[in-house]
Amino acid sequence: MSYFRAENLSLHFGGLKAVDAVSFAVEKGEILSIIGPNGAGKSSIFNLVSRIYNPTSGRIFFEDQDVTEEPAFGIAKLGIARTFQNIELFENATVLSNLLVGRHRHSTTQLWQEILFLPSVRANEKIHRRRVEQVIEFLDLEPYRDKLISGLPYGVRKVIELARALCTEPKLILLDEPSSGLNVEETDDMSFWIRDMKTELGITVLMVEHDMTLVNRVSDRVIALNYGKVLAMGSPAEVQRHPDVVAAYLGA
Amino acid sequence: MRFMFKTDYEDDIKLFPHGGYIVTYGILLAFLAVAPFVLSSYLVSQMVFVFIYATVGVGLMILTGFTGQASLGHAAFLAIGAYTAAYLQQYNVPFPVYFLVAGVLTGVVGAMVGFPALRLQGIYLVIATISFAFIIEEILARWESVTHGNEGMRVKALQFLGTTVSRDSPSFYFLCLAVLALTIVGTLNLLRSPTGRAFVAIRDSETAARSMGVNVSLYKVKSFAISAAITGFAGVLFAHKLSFISPEMFTLQLSIEFIIVILIGGAFSPHGAVLGAIFIVMIDPFLTYLKDDVPGMIAAVAAAFGAGAEMAAKIQSNVAAFASANGLKGAIYGVIIVLFVLFEPLGLYGRWLKIKLFFQLFPLYKRATFKRQKIYVKSERNR
Repeated sequence: MSYFRAENLSLHFGGLKAVDAVSFAVEKGEILSIIGPNGAGKSSIFNLVSRIYNPTSGRIFFEDQDVTEEPAFGIAKLGIARTFQNIELFENATVLSNLLVGRHRHSTTQLWQEILFLPSVRANEKIHRRRVEQVIEFLDLEPYRDKLISGLPYGVRKVIELARALCTEPKLILLDEPSSGLNVEETDDMSFWIRDMKTELGITVLMVEHDMTLVNRVSDRVIALNYGKVLAMGSPAEVQRHPDVVAAYLGA
Repeated sequence: MRFMFKTDYEDDIKLFPHGGYIVTYGILLAFLAVAPFVLSSYLVSQMVFVFIYATVGVGLMILTGFTGQASLGHAAFLAIGAYTAAYLQQYNVPFPVYFLVAGVLTGVVGAMVGFPALRLQGIYLVIATISFAFIIEEILARWESVTHGNEGMRVKALQFLGTTVSRDSPSFYFLCLAVLALTIVGTLNLLRSPTGRAFVAIRDSETAARSMGVNVSLYKVKSFAISAAITGFAGVLFAHKLSFISPEMFTLQLSIEFIIVILIGGAFSPHGAVLGAIFIVMIDPFLTYLKDDVPGMIAAVAAAFGAGAEMAAKIQSNVAAFASANGLKGAIYGVIIVLFVLFEPLGLYGRWLKIKLFFQLFPLYKRATFKRQKIYVKSERNR
């Protein structure tokens, strides 16, 4: 059985089939990219996995657990974290508190303990803080710890969103267009980090991306979608040579 | 300019980031400790009201400032706390017991309001909380066997450990101060632990909070319950301070005053609640002062500029009539809210932080430093 798999996944908005009977599997420790023209259903698949949408039909399994039975907030507890295409950070909080929210699924303290700030809460906070610091070091975010998100440039916010996802200590991470809005240098950094996440942290990566250089550099396998259907699946080179994919992009 | 060298994760957690805070708060505490013995009884009484309003302000701030859920129903929570105290007092229930019962009961009611409020956002939530407040007001007026209806209820002086604590005594002052201080410390503790961060996360993006594993519904209900419970505790003190309560004290006007407390103080820090409370408590005597003295002053100025005695008297009576017009207070509140939302969304405490930064950075302060950092209570985005 695969590590993560989607079976006959469909999402219909009235007559519009955003995702139409899509099946795919991700193996443990793999980087899988989903590519496709605008409106192909890539982000819809992510929103199905993170339970923002309910699938019209089909099911999603992660480590043989049915993800579609979980509420949206239960996905993080399974070990799935995600970033958003249009950054969804907590704007009026500091970088540190944004990252600490990422530790939420690991918090064990009760409300009354927190109001009194008992030693157990303090000890837990230090553990969270140490884990967050490891992520800060991994992504070179040291200069921004106490800055408010609302004052930071787009490129940095993008990295902070990745950092927040890593703070949940995920087994599977969903990256929704990690390089959108980044310059060449920042995209390079991003590709190294995605590789490192796989090799150093052992995280499985499922990624939606338009930048083919980045896709070629990091992906183990690629899925091409169009009109909610799978066009091709395989190594980056194979998929790009596939006649249907060429047709979808060039309209030939 | 102070540079902070952090060498321990503890440095990010502790309440007083550096020694300067201990000095300033020490001086403030020393002042508050001697105040009831040196200040006039009128000022001390006003300070007690400041403490009670600030306590409600902190409670409302947890809900509106940190969780992003607006409420215009906090007068009702205050009423539930006050009436619980007044009711239980009739049966000689000791103070600590009815104080706790009032807080817990109000918290439970708050949670019950929180459940239907889960599906409401922004302006709809405001309407829902207003209707809740009207329902409570109506219940207080009609449920005569318990609340004595519009006749109101007399609240006896507080009995604690066999002694009577009168509402004007220093002991009552210190009780209110202690409740406020504990509320603030509890709130700060909450904010530096997972629950407080989850609240802030919900305020800024519910979608992202959910994807980080925050049970948004549960935390909204928790926020409602905590906010209501704090207001309930304040309600007990409010009842004792006024020694008489009736339904028409807990109207929409009072809820609006609570919103003003956090809006004008600054909805992002308990400092704001205290500043806002000082503002709202002192505006009444200030307006009275204006009503009494300003017409005469304007007439004197007019006379100095050559208006005849008859003309001056006419001006004086016209201004006096305007100053005592019905609804002037409401209009002034409205103007103040609009001006603050437009020009200082961070409130008085935000303004203070800017002044502080100006002197810390002198002469390098840039006007643009705060350009991007407007804080809005976002509630329409990302349901």
